[in-house]
Amino acid sequence: MSTQDRIRETVTGNPIVLYMKGTPQFPQCGFSAKAVQILKACGASNLVTVDVLADPDIRQGIKEYANWPTIPQLYIGGEFVGGSDIMTEMYQSGELQQQIEALK
Amino acid sequence: MQTSDKMRELLQTLQPQSIEIIDDSALHAGHAGAREGGHYRLTIVSAQFEGRKTMERHRMVYAALASLMQSGIHALNISAKTPAES
Repeated sequence: MSTQDRIRETVTGNPIVLYMKGTPQFPQCGFSAKAVQILKACGASNLVTVDVLADPDIRQGIKEYANWPTIPQLYIGGEFVGGSDIMTEMYQSGELQQQIEALK
Repeated sequence: MQTSDKMRELLQTLQPQSIEIIDDSALHAGHAGAREGGHYRLTIVSAQFEGRKTMERHRMVYAALASLMQSGIHALNISAKTPAES
């Protein structure tokens, strides 16, 4: 399976997927840490995270998949939502909580 | 030329009313990603952002900075506003 197919399968097969550096317990980047914090604050219970540092193909492939050059990247319901700045903005406006609540 | 100067130059394609770049690289010296480039906080005001969602605005900034996203910039915090929002 190609890297792009693997990514597609992951983001469409799970309600909330965060591609990040490190793990929620041990994030390896401040932006990824912030993204995890925001999702926890939104009450995201069914979060799947992918550590891009563990797989160079995914690390490069995810940038191509969404045509977005940075990590973290959040996907909800198979759709690319944005990076940590956008997550912060959506959290502050309440939009992110609504999207996550709607999945339950 | 410094990376922040190159950023300013590349961002001219967005016809910005103002650009503010804060170089946070020193705060991240020593962390693994810092070897790939610097950490920057960008505030850019442009009429071209009018009627566009945040994600589209960020894509426009990333597209303008494409050559630096490969090397030069490791992390970029973006605030993209229209003149009316700033």
